[in-house]
Amino acid sequence: MSVRSPDVVVIGAGAIGAACAYFAALAGCRVTVVDRGAIASGTSSAGEGNLLTSDKSPGPELELALYSQRVWTDALAEHGGLWEFEAKGGLVVASSGGGAAGLRSLVAQQRALGIAVEDVDGERLRDLEPQLGPTITGGAYYPQDAQVQPMLLVAHLLRLARERGARVLTGTEVIGFLRERERVVGVRTSAGDLPAHDVVNAAGAWAGDVARLAGVHVPVLPRRGFVLVTEPLPVTIRHKVYAAEYVGDVASSDAALQCSPVVEGTPAGTVLIGATRERIGFDRTFSVRAAAHLARGALALFPVLEHAKVMRCYLGFRPYCPDHLPIIGPDPRAPGLWHACGHEGAGIGLSAGTGAVVAQALAGVPTTLDLTPFAPERFPEHP
Amino acid sequence: MSSVTITFEGRSLQVRAGQTVAAALAGAGVRSWRTTRHHGRPRGLFCGIGICFDCLVTVDGRPSQRACLVPVRDGMTVDGPEWDTTTDRTRSAPMTETAQVAVVGAGPAGLAAAVHAADGGLSVVLVDAGARPGGQYWRHPDPALGADERAGHHAWPRFTRLRDALDDHVRAGRIRYMSRSEVAVLEPGAPFRLHLTPVTDDAAMPPETVTATDLILCPGGYDRQLPVPGWDLPGVMTAGGVQALVKGTSTVPGRQAVIAGTGPFLLPVAAGLAAAGVRVVAVCEANSPWRWARQAHRAALAPDKGVEALEYAAALARHRIPYRTRTVVTAVLGDQHVEGAILGRVDPAGNVLPGTSREIQADLIAFGWGFTPSLELPLAAGVRTRLDIDGSLVVEVDPGQRTSVPRVRVAGEATGVGGAVLARLEGELAARSLVADLNRKPLRATALRVRIRRLRAFARALHEAHPVPAAWSRWLTADTLICRCEEVPVTAVRYAVDDLDATDARTVRSLTRVGMGWCQGRTCANACARLTADFTHTALTAEALQSTARCNLAAPLDLRRVARLDAQATTPETAP
Repeated sequence: MSVRSPDVVVIGAGAIGAACAYFAALAGCRVTVVDRGAIASGTSSAGEGNLLTSDKSPGPELELALYSQRVWTDALAEHGGLWEFEAKGGLVVASSGGGAAGLRSLVAQQRALGIAVEDVDGERLRDLEPQLGPTITGGAYYPQDAQVQPMLLVAHLLRLARERGARVLTGTEVIGFLRERERVVGVRTSAGDLPAHDVVNAAGAWAGDVARLAGVHVPVLPRRGFVLVTEPLPVTIRHKVYAAEYVGDVASSDAALQCSPVVEGTPAGTVLIGATRERIGFDRTFSVRAAAHLARGALALFPVLEHAKVMRCYLGFRPYCPDHLPIIGPDPRAPGLWHACGHEGAGIGLSAGTGAVVAQALAGVPTTLDLTPFAPERFPEHP
Repeated sequence: MSSVTITFEGRSLQVRAGQTVAAALAGAGVRSWRTTRHHGRPRGLFCGIGICFDCLVTVDGRPSQRACLVPVRDGMTVDGPEWDTTTDRTRSAPMTETAQVAVVGAGPAGLAAAVHAADGGLSVVLVDAGARPGGQYWRHPDPALGADERAGHHAWPRFTRLRDALDDHVRAGRIRYMSRSEVAVLEPGAPFRLHLTPVTDDAAMPPETVTATDLILCPGGYDRQLPVPGWDLPGVMTAGGVQALVKGTSTVPGRQAVIAGTGPFLLPVAAGLAAAGVRVVAVCEANSPWRWARQAHRAALAPDKGVEALEYAAALARHRIPYRTRTVVTAVLGDQHVEGAILGRVDPAGNVLPGTSREIQADLIAFGWGFTPSLELPLAAGVRTRLDIDGSLVVEVDPGQRTSVPRVRVAGEATGVGGAVLARLEGELAARSLVADLNRKPLRATALRVRIRRLRAFARALHEAHPVPAAWSRWLTADTLICRCEEVPVTAVRYAVDDLDATDARTVRSLTRVGMGWCQGRTCANACARLTADFTHTALTAEALQSTARCNLAAPLDLRRVARLDAQATTPETAP
């Protein structure tokens, strides 16, 4: 190992890559970020910017979410304004008896792990969210659920990393890896070779393709989601409001279309309506079925939106892993290669914790979070 | 001429029947009727043709209606934006119409396409946002206004022949014509499914879907805009919007006007305003007629255009309208509405020559920097596009107006801005090539193709003679708004490029919210792409324009309606 800080190449200028670059640069590494597109041109520009613990069941992902929450409100707190950090709170609501019971048991487990959550019903529910429809009978309120503007997050993390000496090469595609026998010692790009001590694969939904260039398999697949955006409205929706079924959909592995509504207002006055989940590859075709499902779900929560005009509908591809856990850590099959990918729909929220632990691991210090559950080699080599 | 009474913000207004709400308000001297969300800036009529969404009003309790598209009705109440959730709207069962070909747009291209397709024996559905056929070019008043519908028009008999043919085909059931309707969603497939919406909530509900095996898209275009300081003040309009108001509603939106930009379209706008009694104090043409003269040999290929230009020149002389070349409006002056403008002489690149700036008084500024096509539907269909010589994104078509997507044809401005005659001929060619393909016969249209080629060459010469000034961005100040809807200033774009490493228009949009408001960038996306290219020292590319023009919804759609997008619509029993 050289006496200088190791050179790190981060592949992918999305939220995960930007967070890895920022924390690695902060730790004194000399970092180069490469992306074949523009900054945040993949999944990071196609989501709502959720920082949620409410939608996570107990397990390693929740651990990472709780750790990320600490990073957001501690190490990154001073920059929160740059990316419009707002702890607006999440409200999970249920209309059916069964949904309500399921929600209550999840809430009990989450509370035991230290998540701030309050059971709400009737009057309190309407205090929190006056426009909720009459069929909604109960819910749970998560005051710590927050959001950021994901594009600004990426742009500013990269800017802060650049201020600490990082380089960002956009429009630069990784076309292969530099190897010394087994070891990865850099990347080959459309703009030339970049030798590096370590390479971090933060290519999101495209991370599987990047891994393949290094001869290793990581099972990241795209899971498509649509979001509807309404006209700017005077109607106020104060929290992230979503149906209890959402948690089930997030955890599901079904390839078919799933839709559970997530509705929230924005500072621009528009109301965002997510979220569908569908595994049909990188298909950018507009799906009237997905849009209609979203609209019906939103109307069930907020009948008041009936005549709100939808101005835009966009889509993105979540980097999906079959076991719903991200892939974070060194790849023993290709020493020198690291992965930080597969965060599915939670990548913005989990970027802070991911970047922080990856930087620790790269620097060779003990990580705050045990990375074993996220190990790249946990999947069978040949699916 | 009859009149109706409307109530505007509690006060009773007597207005002429047959006008739009926007025209009625403009005629009553109301310059603005809402304020912006962030900075409370006044907004009124700008584009006049349903593109910009600046003129939103609440009509009879229905919010978010474009005042320029709603006809007045006796007893109507009009208010600034409100958001009422209680007013009941007409509900209709989902109906579908089925046809061999759906033609979208009833301007010169779409009208010709629909008529020629029906002539060729095809069943046609014609969908158009306008209240009457003719598009922007043949825009004419509602008969209720009692005005001369031919006023200010060229080739009017050509239009009436097409309209008569349309009427005949409609009576015979060969064309089903849906006016005041927009295609909100184009669902690709075999067949295509178009999801329609009324342009405003007072319009009759069209069938929710149209199913067609073939498409001829003729979406036309609108004025390209270059933001300058003060361009969002009420009293600044697009040249096309002024033209629409004068031709369509016999209303003048001011008393003393400056018309600025580039291209021959400035002339009819000036002549129309002058004929309507407005004092036109200057026509500012950024380019020089000398450039035009260099291309004169190509103009000779379209002699009727030369005659038209001579007529306008005579009209300008008659009304003593100063026509100033190499002159631009670098800023609009005023506080709550337009009070004047700063004019400056420019070099060929558009740099203002030192010592040439001067103020001029006016209460109406009309800007027109050529046109830019509406590409929402062609892009939704997935057709291949390219950058045209005038910096517009246009659709690639073959000599039968076929696009890269099977069974989708495009005609008119969307294939390259070239004027009404070219659009009409392309519409005819699109329909005839479709009929020939369906009959498996070769198309015999040599003469038509020769005329189209000549008009294309003529259009190219015009574009070369009237480029957007390269140095336009130097007229801007840090706080000049680029995006009117989201109120994004130049300085935000500058910051996104310089500090946040945005390298393209799409990234700038996501970081600044340029083009993410009501109009979804129709008004500012072209300018923002130019500005981004300028700031990043790169050339304007087709990719940059594509990345911000692509959208899944081509028109705003009620959430309740979105919820029904996947419904299986029923066929009306009366349909043939």
